[in-house]
Amino acid sequence: MQMPEPDARVIARKAEIVAGLRRLLPADAVIDDPAETRVYECDGLTAYRCPPLAAVLPRTTEEVAAVLRFCQGAGVPVVPRGSGTSLAGGAMPTADALILGLARMNAVLETDYENRFIRVQTGRTNLSVTGAVEADGFFYAPDPSSQLACAIAGNIGMNSGGAHCLKYGVTTNNLLGVTLVTMAGEVVTIGGPWSDAGGLDLLGVICGSEGQLGVVTEAWLRILPKPEGARPVLMGFGSSEDAGACVAAIIKSGILPVAIEFMDRPCIRATEDFCKAGYPDCEALLIVEVEGSPAEIDEQLVRIKDIAAAHEPVAIREAADEDEAKRIWLGRKSAFGAMGQMGDYMCLDGTIPVSELPRVLNRIGEMSRETGLMVANVFHAGDGNMHPLILFDANRPGDLERVEELGADILKLCVEVGGCLTGEHGVGIEKRDLMPVQFGPADLEAQMRVKDVFDPRWLMNPAKVFPLEASAGRRAG
Amino acid sequence: MRPADEMELAEAVRGAAAPFVIRGGGTRGIGRPAPGEVLETGGLSGVELYEPGALTLVARAGTPLAEVQAVLAGERQRLCFEPPDLRGLLGRTGEATLGGVAAANASGPRRVQSGAARDSLIGVRFVDGTGAVVKNGGRVMKNVTGYDLVKLMAGSHGTLGVLTEVAFRVQAIPEAEATLVGEGLGAEAALAALRRALGSPFDVSGAAFAGGRALVRVEGMAGSVAYRAGQLRALLGGWAIAEGAASAALWQAVRDVTALAGRQGALWRLSVVPTEAMTVPRALETAGIGHEAAWDWGGGLLWLLVPEGGADVVRAAVKGIGHATLVRGDLPGVPVFPPEPPEVAALTAGLRAKFDPKALFNRGLMG
Repeated sequence: MQMPEPDARVIARKAEIVAGLRRLLPADAVIDDPAETRVYECDGLTAYRCPPLAAVLPRTTEEVAAVLRFCQGAGVPVVPRGSGTSLAGGAMPTADALILGLARMNAVLETDYENRFIRVQTGRTNLSVTGAVEADGFFYAPDPSSQLACAIAGNIGMNSGGAHCLKYGVTTNNLLGVTLVTMAGEVVTIGGPWSDAGGLDLLGVICGSEGQLGVVTEAWLRILPKPEGARPVLMGFGSSEDAGACVAAIIKSGILPVAIEFMDRPCIRATEDFCKAGYPDCEALLIVEVEGSPAEIDEQLVRIKDIAAAHEPVAIREAADEDEAKRIWLGRKSAFGAMGQMGDYMCLDGTIPVSELPRVLNRIGEMSRETGLMVANVFHAGDGNMHPLILFDANRPGDLERVEELGADILKLCVEVGGCLTGEHGVGIEKRDLMPVQFGPADLEAQMRVKDVFDPRWLMNPAKVFPLEASAGRRAG
Repeated sequence: MRPADEMELAEAVRGAAAPFVIRGGGTRGIGRPAPGEVLETGGLSGVELYEPGALTLVARAGTPLAEVQAVLAGERQRLCFEPPDLRGLLGRTGEATLGGVAAANASGPRRVQSGAARDSLIGVRFVDGTGAVVKNGGRVMKNVTGYDLVKLMAGSHGTLGVLTEVAFRVQAIPEAEATLVGEGLGAEAALAALRRALGSPFDVSGAAFAGGRALVRVEGMAGSVAYRAGQLRALLGGWAIAEGAASAALWQAVRDVTALAGRQGALWRLSVVPTEAMTVPRALETAGIGHEAAWDWGGGLLWLLVPEGGADVVRAAVKGIGHATLVRGDLPGVPVFPPEPPEVAALTAGLRAKFDPKALFNRGLMG
């Protein structure tokens, strides 16, 4: 992984830059001691690290604006950071960059049930948004696996998804408006607690722009009334292909489960060892969750089991009560942790058309055997968003490179069958250099032009998303 | 001009010096007559890929909407955002195109449950103002690869480029639907009831009020629809129930705003905070300006027919609670699209200058 050479002139002026920041912020909001900036050297993509020049933790939109205005003037690159859970390196700094962390901006600003929205500061964690409204029967739908830790700011930056977005959509479908601070320090309000843009849909392009267009400090989010109940069913299959075909059949039938999750044997085994969820011993399993009243749930589950019957299920387990439902989800929710216990892994995030699931799973199995690298699959099957986990030992020389090569090949396969490189994690640095697999020069140029408008000097999270050679001319300016 | 394919279109744009007026089916005709040669997309027609099992459809932008809907109906599927047919309302003819629906972000009653056209649009190809062919998004539901220009193109009314291909996620037609009908309610009470329904756990897929009649819709599997309609009936206080085709007919009328069709005057479309649904009509009343209103989206969408004047009142009253677009009517000096604050207008202008540096497309539209 290559990052641009840090600007030595910026690094040389560190003391002066930190002093400038201290004039703008309270003393405890500026961090420059190398021992303390260490914590910002990476995000969830821990294979790549670099301590930043310094870090700031502002408490208000005005402070964010002051910092950005100052950095623009001083030519200091800025890397915005929510909770640092990105799996794509979206919050990884360079040695000449300032980390702008939003962790201290976590307040709920307004809750409005009649109009079904909440306005929050974006340092607030995903789960605590739901936490603020669930006692009143509401929830915030996007639910990335890291929802306990990840911040709304990062969710907006990456347009995060989650297990339940099959029914409720991803962040962009649940975001009504933002307060955005541009690199020039200008505070811009886009959207609000109403539907759709009156002019160009700037909100649509800000969401998912990976912290390259500005810092989102506040957001209006759609909240939804909680369904009466939800219940998962777990179905085991004799092969990944059978399970994949069952997913496609459920989708086509018109039933809209809130989630369809897939796990294959390596993943099932690891989770069993890790948390004893009591999963059946089989090649692949699906967890399908449906919502509604008890009778509505029954009606849907009968239909789903009928469909599954045509795909030779080897086990079907329904949750009779809340406790069993929790056990069914337990394994899925611990899957990444369980895989982590087994060693290092690289988590991919490509999406494919659901109809291609059987073929792609089969091909990934072949690739795993050809390379001798173990690949476990656990993912949101309903929308084709795959998460192959490639296991390896980071301490063995050459392993990381081999894994990255296999990962790239799998992602190329996703694109080849009509899919994309990343379904919910974002490009960051991780998939930056693969962008030309999916996009031609004109496609990338069109995207980079958007950044030209919001951040003409390319100071905001500059070395991400676009291949370095594609963005070189712009970053040099 | 009517290019036969994307390449011909791109060449024409590359060589162009004079502006174009981009037209799909010409069914909406928003904005004032703009200068330039008409550029019709009708030559770029045909469904290119339809995968019922993956719930996705890709078609050339000039494909008639009716053709797409017929293809989908063959597999018992549909566009979930319910694109309105406003020909009757606007007094226009022609055949709406799929690209036009995307460019206008044309969304109907189900927006409250399933999102707008922009939420179903998953991929685009377009020719920008330099004649470059650009693709963005794709044909899968979850895709965060690079910037989301798909959203930017949705609702851009042809001001950033000419759409040549659009990909939509589609939805299976549910087996049943039912609508609760509340008659003889005042606007205030009716709108409050709609908000109550939308705040319930019963997965409402439509909430509208027009002509003294409030409507709340549920869709899904038969048993579930019967259950939820019953629960909502209890919540709302004994409204009547329409089912199946009778329910569908009610929603077609809401979708196409037939309550205000065939009338003279300026027509406004407002997106507002639902609890502020009465604010603009009340302001018009206070100012003694005659008007008629129809609401959808639980009060979040407001159609206003104002026979004479009133533009300044509408725009002043909507400030801070939403935005208003002048869909039809020539009111001198009144911007058709909502005026943007300077810092937003600068970003919009910047994007237009980048995507269409020669200002070839729909000059004068959208500010």
